Amino acid sequence: MLKIRHANPIIQGIVFAVCAFIFLFVLPQSLSTFQINQLGRFLTYAIVALGLDLIWGYSGMLSLGQGLFFGIGAYCFAMYLNLETVGKNLPDFMGLYGVTELPWLWQPFHSPVIALILAVVVPMILAALLGFMIFRSRVQGVYFSIITQALTSIVALLLVGQQQLINGTNGITEMRTIFGAKLASPDTKMNLYLATVVVLGIVFIGCQFLVRSRFGRILVALRDDENRLRFMGYNPVLVKTIVFALSAGIAGIAGALFVPQVGIIAPKNIDITASIEIVIWVAVGGRGTLVGAILGALLVNTGKSVISTKAPDIWSLFMGALFIGVVLLFPEGLIGAVQKLWQRVTNTRKVPADVVETDAQTKLEMDAANANAK
Amino acid sequence: MRPCLRFTDNMLERGFKVESVVIQLFNGLSIGSILLLAALGLAFSFGLMKVINMAHGEFIMVGAYVTYFFQQFIAVQLGGPDAPKQGVYFLLSIVAAFFITGLLGILLERFLIRHLYGRVTDTLLATWGVGLILQQIARSYDARNVPVTAPEWLSGSLVVATGLEFPYKRLFIIGLVIVCIIGIYFYLYHSPAGRRTRATMQNREMAASLGVTTRRVDAYTFALGAGLAGVAGSALTLLGQIGPQLGTGYIVDAFMVVVLGGVGSLPGTVLAATLIGVFNSFLERSTTATLGKVLVFVIIIAFLQWKPNGLVALRGRT
Repeated sequence: MLKIRHANPIIQGIVFAVCAFIFLFVLPQSLSTFQINQLGRFLTYAIVALGLDLIWGYSGMLSLGQGLFFGIGAYCFAMYLNLETVGKNLPDFMGLYGVTELPWLWQPFHSPVIALILAVVVPMILAALLGFMIFRSRVQGVYFSIITQALTSIVALLLVGQQQLINGTNGITEMRTIFGAKLASPDTKMNLYLATVVVLGIVFIGCQFLVRSRFGRILVALRDDENRLRFMGYNPVLVKTIVFALSAGIAGIAGALFVPQVGIIAPKNIDITASIEIVIWVAVGGRGTLVGAILGALLVNTGKSVISTKAPDIWSLFMGALFIGVVLLFPEGLIGAVQKLWQRVTNTRKVPADVVETDAQTKLEMDAANANAK
Repeated sequence: MRPCLRFTDNMLERGFKVESVVIQLFNGLSIGSILLLAALGLAFSFGLMKVINMAHGEFIMVGAYVTYFFQQFIAVQLGGPDAPKQGVYFLLSIVAAFFITGLLGILLERFLIRHLYGRVTDTLLATWGVGLILQQIARSYDARNVPVTAPEWLSGSLVVATGLEFPYKRLFIIGLVIVCIIGIYFYLYHSPAGRRTRATMQNREMAASLGVTTRRVDAYTFALGAGLAGVAGSALTLLGQIGPQLGTGYIVDAFMVVVLGGVGSLPGTVLAATLIGVFNSFLERSTTATLGKVLVFVIIIAFLQWKPNGLVALRGRT
């Protein structure tokens, strides 16, 4: 499945540097504030997609809880933003429900540093706890998806019910300043965008480092044959818990970056739909490739914003077709399709003999399997 | 510990009488019966084919809309403007919902799922896409919720004693579910087709080599599951208005029933749905609606620590 065939590190470095240059210097010059803001939002999505790719593309566990972790990160930072905006007063919505004293849950969020730390740590702890319980009982495969999905929907429900605490369905919207700067000003928007680019770059390099390390190989082994990994003396429970927590932490960072750029976080942003959309970004780009995850997130969201401004009804149909189409036609996503095309182009001349042989052999095996099935 | 303390507190506060326990139990059974109808199809399509059908919720929605259209057009044509109030047409519409959603299931299996066997998470994604499309179709017909007229003989409640009333609609749903379960039981355990289904579920290769056309078994089982979702949709029209989003509320709970019950086991699914329904009903009453759901989730996760394969594990070779 996974092709451990990396391109030349020098070429990779150059490509990375060019991309960084474009995102940090070229695009800020050429795009409008609105577009920069939108791109910043999409880049936070790309960060979540990286986290999901780590756990799904590499480790083979489809988490439908990434939207939840993203949401928790967003809520944590939104609470700080709200407190900073109102200063010594209570958040506006609390007045509506007759709350007179700041609830204890809000106390830590006076400090931006603590808010940021919590935005990462809370999703990690939640993921680690749930993950450990699930993995320990050897609940595998798609059960993991179902359980994370249930968790997501339940927490979304729980948030809707907490009106006095976090304004229920309406979510937290009262945020005007960040670190003393006005959120509405173009400069702040640009800075938030740049921060997002930098964080994305760091997360990307971190993930790249991780998947190429020994740990990354264990992840792939986990995906391809968990039992064998266990028999070889590794502890899959620990590895899975770590990678799940990591991906949750990454989603949390993304959420914290998302909220100041958008200005709202509500339970609606957390439901199952949000989590599954993250999955389709990664699937479109190409699961198991980090570049694919970023590319998918950017492409799908650009498509969404283009199509849904023109015809909101069609987007839903288009999205549905995208889910079906990707799975049926391009199961390895854009990156996989490009790789295949590249192979086909280059195949004509220089093909290592063993590759052809294995291909022929798998074809024979598949034919035999098909014959069996019929 | 706090929820537990609160639980007992509330019990004392509200005067936990026998009647209210019975009522809660009844409500739980009622919730559970709907869940069960929704979960049966999932349990079998997953147990048999390892297919996660995320469009199942939309099948429920389709079933509800079939009931609605049947009433709006066919029943009125056949029996005049008062027809929706007559029970016969409602019963007929349930049958129609079963067959039409079943047909939809066959189509889905034939054109999509068949190409995805062995790729469980891909079936999840593709069927989610199907669900989106079905929802959007319903929305473009009418985004609002529409009411379905319940037959007259289902209005009112069965009064056993004061404070102990059972609405006929809910009794009817429980009865409907029991009929379905009996039907499935006889299909699975006392018919040649059911025997083939069980054989395929336990060991696909062996069944195939003994002459079972496993592909056909898959298609029929999937259609049966879809049809049951249609029946669930029909039943839901009794409880309130229906809309494009009708199914989404049930899909997560139905999946939890499958996880708790054990895959592909009829008794497990029945037991799990009943338990989740009853727990939900009691916990919601003694805490809040959302906290009740959280507690049920925690209990299920805790239970899986003890029995990872669910209440009734199917013994088969994998």
